Amino acid sequence: MASELPGTDDPDGSDVEAYLASHRQKDLLRLLTCGSVDDGKSTLIGRLLHDSRLIYEDVLASLEADSAAHGSAGDQVDLALLMDGLRAEREQGITIDVAYRYFSTARRTFIIADTPGHHQYTRNMATGASTCDLAVILIDARQGVLAQTKRHSYIASLLGIRHAVVAVNKMDLVDWSHDRFLEICEDYRSFAESLDVGKPYFLPMSALLGDNVVDGSDHLDWYDGPPLLEYLETVDVDSSPDLERFRMPVQRVVRPDSGFRGFAGTVTAGVIRPGDEVVALPSGVRSTVQRIVTFDGDLDVAGPGWAVTLTLADEIDISRGDLLADPGDEPARAHQLDANVVWMSEARTVPGSSYLLQSANAVSNCTIHSLRHRLDISSGAHIPAAGLELNDIGRCVVTSDRELVFDPYGTHRATGSFILIDRLTNATVAAGMIIGAASAWDRTPDAALVRQRSEISDAERAIRFGQQPCTILLTGHTAAGKSTLATALERELFDRGKVSIRLDGENVRMGISRDLGFSTQERSENLRRVSEVARLVNGQGLIAIAAMVAPDRDVRQRARDLVGADRYVEVFVDTPIEVCRERDPHGLYAMADSGEIPSFPGVSADFDRPTDADLRVDTSTQDVDECIDAIVRMLTERGFLRGQSTP
Amino acid sequence: MSATLPTELRLTHLQQLEAEAIGIMREVAAQCERPVMLYSIGKDSSVLLHLARKAFFPGRIPFPLLHVDTTWKFREMISFRQRMAEEIGFELIVHTNAEGVAQGINPFDHGSKNYTDIMKTQALRQALDASRFDAAFGGARRDEEKSRSKERVFSFRDAHHRWDPKNQRPELWNLYNGRVNQGESIRVFPMSNWTELDVWQYIHLEQIPIVPLYFAAERPVVERDGVLIMVDDDRFVFDEGEVAEQRLVRFRTLGCYPLSGAIESTATTLPEIIGEMLVATRSEREGRVIDFDQSGSMEQKKREGYF
Repeated sequence: MASELPGTDDPDGSDVEAYLASHRQKDLLRLLTCGSVDDGKSTLIGRLLHDSRLIYEDVLASLEADSAAHGSAGDQVDLALLMDGLRAEREQGITIDVAYRYFSTARRTFIIADTPGHHQYTRNMATGASTCDLAVILIDARQGVLAQTKRHSYIASLLGIRHAVVAVNKMDLVDWSHDRFLEICEDYRSFAESLDVGKPYFLPMSALLGDNVVDGSDHLDWYDGPPLLEYLETVDVDSSPDLERFRMPVQRVVRPDSGFRGFAGTVTAGVIRPGDEVVALPSGVRSTVQRIVTFDGDLDVAGPGWAVTLTLADEIDISRGDLLADPGDEPARAHQLDANVVWMSEARTVPGSSYLLQSANAVSNCTIHSLRHRLDISSGAHIPAAGLELNDIGRCVVTSDRELVFDPYGTHRATGSFILIDRLTNATVAAGMIIGAASAWDRTPDAALVRQRSEISDAERAIRFGQQPCTILLTGHTAAGKSTLATALERELFDRGKVSIRLDGENVRMGISRDLGFSTQERSENLRRVSEVARLVNGQGLIAIAAMVAPDRDVRQRARDLVGADRYVEVFVDTPIEVCRERDPHGLYAMADSGEIPSFPGVSADFDRPTDADLRVDTSTQDVDECIDAIVRMLTERGFLRGQSTP
Repeated sequence: MSATLPTELRLTHLQQLEAEAIGIMREVAAQCERPVMLYSIGKDSSVLLHLARKAFFPGRIPFPLLHVDTTWKFREMISFRQRMAEEIGFELIVHTNAEGVAQGINPFDHGSKNYTDIMKTQALRQALDASRFDAAFGGARRDEEKSRSKERVFSFRDAHHRWDPKNQRPELWNLYNGRVNQGESIRVFPMSNWTELDVWQYIHLEQIPIVPLYFAAERPVVERDGVLIMVDDDRFVFDEGEVAEQRLVRFRTLGCYPLSGAIESTATTLPEIIGEMLVATRSEREGRVIDFDQSGSMEQKKREGYF
């Protein structure tokens, strides 16, 4: 620490006062380091502490003794031993739990969460990431981007870390090769495109030799960026706390005597002043802030991170677990949540399992209602899953016995997160990040409802109509030709004596989906309604032809599941978007470009190209007849246009 | 939506640490049925006490403070403890292992390891069991020692007060899980993320009273194996040829006087202490004799229930 002191080695009082004054003004950066086993994380942190002279002599002496016994750095002091605190870890030579380290420089104070690289310990990585603003992702220059690198990047992104440093370590072992560095950067970039981690900062270094950690490097003369520590000292990670929407979960009601009734908690978002109106949730009762009470006197204003006690103008019923919020912009509320969870227990979970759910102060009983998929975080693929095992990440619907008040995790970490607790052992078994209220896709019909059965069998219908029921989804960009093809297909089938019903995305919006707009959620709901109608008419033996943009792969998958995979036919109308733009009969692309229509697939929102469509057609190179021929051929091949099913 | 935070609302790192600790204390008071604060009378305990006053203001601290008295504490610590209890008005429980006293256990004859086990670790368990406390606050910080750097803020202990470092509850965001079954408990460390410098700086800024032993003064000491031990009362057992000499010393950590090493110092004010600390090259726990008993010794003690 001597290095941060200005001037002499024997400072007098005034130097210290000056130092303290500057230290007092420093801000705090919480970061985590992650990487594969042997990428050199612990060595890196040891190096940071060592080179900024933060390791005390006696600690160093005990390290030297330890290095002789367990070290893997030859004659050098093994700096990794500094981090690998627990005895078991020392013996195995891997970090198995999150370790926290603290240091400060002249500019900032730092908390480092060192998280394990071994693939079994995803839960610890998530734990470390939950309180960090920045991630240092280590890559071994010899190994390049590994499955572990992807896993860690994915978890960091999932837990809301928006700043990443990609440190390509062990450059000494690849002869400080610039080409190798660029190659790894390119690999990482192409993989990280799909992640929400902002623009990563790439940096070559050798933690073992100290190149580009605290000081620059002569070996890396082709690199002109700052070394790691300088970057960490200066990077702006303004976590941009939401200043508009006030949120404060009530931790305790403070009632020292009959004359005082206050609500203690930490402001998680927004700004509050005496005189501001607040709403208490879930009750919905409003009042006005009277005082912001602290031990050091009343405050005029409080913002994110402040621990305060509020008194209100009215005697309203508020208890622990309630949320005080900005009445102009209330959080969402629902009994069913759509959430990503990181499973942290060795006991597997399956739909139907019950837990305690602890969120911003509230504890409720909950059940895993359904599992949408498990994420393969090396590839980003969604894999159907019957349950979640330790270290799995899955998307599920959680049903709570009390109405939950929440924000999406992406906008508010504090009110968008929860943990699940095992009722018997009290162990924390999962961490959850709320996406939103569960959509109608996941809602269970009222248990009292009874399905009315038809007296006509499927076989009778098939013989009558000369067809097997199916649902054909024509998906593609706006103006790709979906409606034209749907109309032509309907005509063709009619002429062949088949019975179909055409469900055009635009037409349904004039009726059963009149209440829906064009947001991602509303597009999803529109496809759900069309899928439900398709399922009903399929049940009556008819063929359904749906023409919808259906931009979201997940939502298409749900449509496939709802209708039944054996009856679902996906036709990708893959007309190049440039051609669609030229056609643009209703001027929609122009409106999307100007921002008049928000989240427009292909312009301001994603269109996930189908990768497993049953058929691909392109109306820019094929005329309508060719497309219809191809569709009919495919329907014939799959046996839908025959009255009797093939034995 | 992502407006910049005005300067007046930006928390410095110390304010962030303070707010975090207050949030943790309130959480324990709300979640747990019978919390207690372990009060060692040292500077970290002084900060912890100050934070508790802030956390529950304008109410009183809603749990008692527990001091495990080995009967070998510095006399100045005991008088300081009594003064604080009177001035601040908290409920104070003092517990001593009566069996240990009856057996005459002392740090001179029984070695620091046995003595610490009986008079501190076992005494603490007795006190926690007797009042069936389900949560106990401590002032430990992760930066103090290697095995502590992995301890949770809410650290689960089984019915035998044991810590299992391989089976800790994951701790995410500020969602602390304080649920326990009968007999189990949680040790809570609100100052987990503080460093020694943060503690001293906070004491300075907040003008928190601390035991005068932290400031340099002429004191009678004996130099033993390179460690300066203060002769605080007439129970001190001199080795052959040893004599007490007056030296200008202070303590970086306080515990039982025969086990607390003093350092030579002229620092009589907080800025001077902080100044010495900033140029110091020896870490804080070195003044404690017990850490050197055996390799990995702190981790071993913690598994057994030492704080």
